[in-house]
Amino acid sequence: MKELHLKELNKVIVKDEIEELIHAYVQCIDGDHLEEWPEFFTEDCFYQIISRENYEQNLPASIIYCDSKGMLKDRVTAHRQANIFEKHVYRHIVSSVRITNQEEDVYTVYTNYAVFQTRLNGYSEVYNVGKYIDTIVFENGQAKFKEKKVVYDSLVIPTLLVTPI
Amino acid sequence: MTIVNEQKRHTLIWPEEGVSRVPYQVYTDPDIYKREMDNIFRGSTWNYLGLEVEIPNKGDYKTTFVGDTPVVVTRDGDGSVYAFVNRCAHRGATVCMDKCGNAKTLTCVYHAWTYDMKGNLKGVPFKNGVNGQGGMPEGFDVGKHSLKKLKVDTHLGIIFGSFDHQIEPIQDYLGEKMCSYLSRIFSRPVKILGYQRQEMKNNWKLYFENVKDSYHASLLHLFFSTFGVNRLSQQGGIDLDPTGRHHVSYTYGSLNEDTDIYKNSDLRSYSSKYQLEDPSLLVGRNEFIDGITLAIQSLFPNMVVQQIHNALAIRQLLPKGTDSCELVWTYLGFADDDEKMTKIRLKQSNLVGPAGFVSLEDGGVGELVQKGIVGEEKELSFIEMGGTGVESQSFRATESSIRGFWKNYKQFMGY
Repeated sequence: MKELHLKELNKVIVKDEIEELIHAYVQCIDGDHLEEWPEFFTEDCFYQIISRENYEQNLPASIIYCDSKGMLKDRVTAHRQANIFEKHVYRHIVSSVRITNQEEDVYTVYTNYAVFQTRLNGYSEVYNVGKYIDTIVFENGQAKFKEKKVVYDSLVIPTLLVTPI
Repeated sequence: MTIVNEQKRHTLIWPEEGVSRVPYQVYTDPDIYKREMDNIFRGSTWNYLGLEVEIPNKGDYKTTFVGDTPVVVTRDGDGSVYAFVNRCAHRGATVCMDKCGNAKTLTCVYHAWTYDMKGNLKGVPFKNGVNGQGGMPEGFDVGKHSLKKLKVDTHLGIIFGSFDHQIEPIQDYLGEKMCSYLSRIFSRPVKILGYQRQEMKNNWKLYFENVKDSYHASLLHLFFSTFGVNRLSQQGGIDLDPTGRHHVSYTYGSLNEDTDIYKNSDLRSYSSKYQLEDPSLLVGRNEFIDGITLAIQSLFPNMVVQQIHNALAIRQLLPKGTDSCELVWTYLGFADDDEKMTKIRLKQSNLVGPAGFVSLEDGGVGELVQKGIVGEEKELSFIEMGGTGVESQSFRATESSIRGFWKNYKQFMGY
């Protein structure tokens, strides 16, 4: 009885830590702390923003495709130093998480998200909605993304995308 | 008096300087937009519809637009490609409700009028009435109620459609030069890597001008210069077809095939303040023997073909009213690409598309113009970079291909 109780408790704790990871992740982006964004990932990581249209047809083309932490950092540097775009802010709203698979200590997690974007004119509009398909591991007790696939329903990107989701 | 003034205000008279000036009215006037749809997109032009590899099998179909007219593109049982307007001949409903699929016939959901894949009307329920009552009148001829058909022509696996059934063949419309640039990519079987879509809140012509604008590249897109990525040779230029309506902007260079070689080569400028943590997205394979590493080709009125190193794509421009347009990107590889080559293309695709390192600015810059010209429709663009003519040039600090667009636009619109 006691053993079963501990197992259930562990599940709750893990889920709570994964929720915390995801909330911290979106709040980092929304708060414009982009320099901290790559640190939510493991060193050997994969990050992809891909349309539902491509994902469901097994077409690989993505609008952002990073297979290293270095590429994530380059996205941030380009955002800050190279690319030219109208200032904007994001507000992510995320659902609670569903852990759909666990193999050893590797968790597959689904979360829905909606990003509202507020541009210079001050109007907040639905910018992009979809789901996160995350592979999450724990490094020194800290949850991190080994893989993050952002699969978006909003096929038509409004103007451009420069800030990660 | 007031009526005459209203008319004067709305009629567009092109400035006498010709193609080196553009009245901002063309980007905002709904009457001009309507005439563009009629004179250009539903006129004597060839419009990109898709690729043969998108509808490879008999019965395959896809939907798209010519201008803002919805169209269906099919591969009939006879193996040929057909295209027709996606509007039922009965009461105007959209016949084909999905993006793509496979069927033997297309049936309008409203009254089940049924068409074959050539667009011919085949079936009308209750045509002869029920129990001797109702039905179509005497003399009703299904042959007179087919879907409005487009002329279709294909070249190198690319499908084009036109509302002008007398138009010259596509190879003549494009010309020898443009066809030879197309064959750099399309003489080998291609495969689709995926689609991207983007909405820009600006008039469609502002995007098309941007594609033809070789002047802005190193000034608006600062990714390469910020990270000190230089070409071994920056030689390039713009190449126009004889009419000036199509163009290619090209750059010669060399693509390093290995990250270590790249780091040690002249391609890097160590004087730049910022360096890429992971420059592997810049390496690839030299797959074009002519040594051109960047080629952007525009085909009037709505198609762009892009080769940026190994990132290949077609961009289809769809007008959506005076101040909005959509861009549909089709990312391509070659059918015989190995997994490594596909990975190279996927990583290089970070450079292009709505989030592209060297292309994202193009999404926003048209909107900057659309916002800036509000209320100033009689004011003019000033387009004299590289002179005032329309001609191929061996340098890219020029607006010659933009002037070429306006030369043809004026002809189509009667200005």
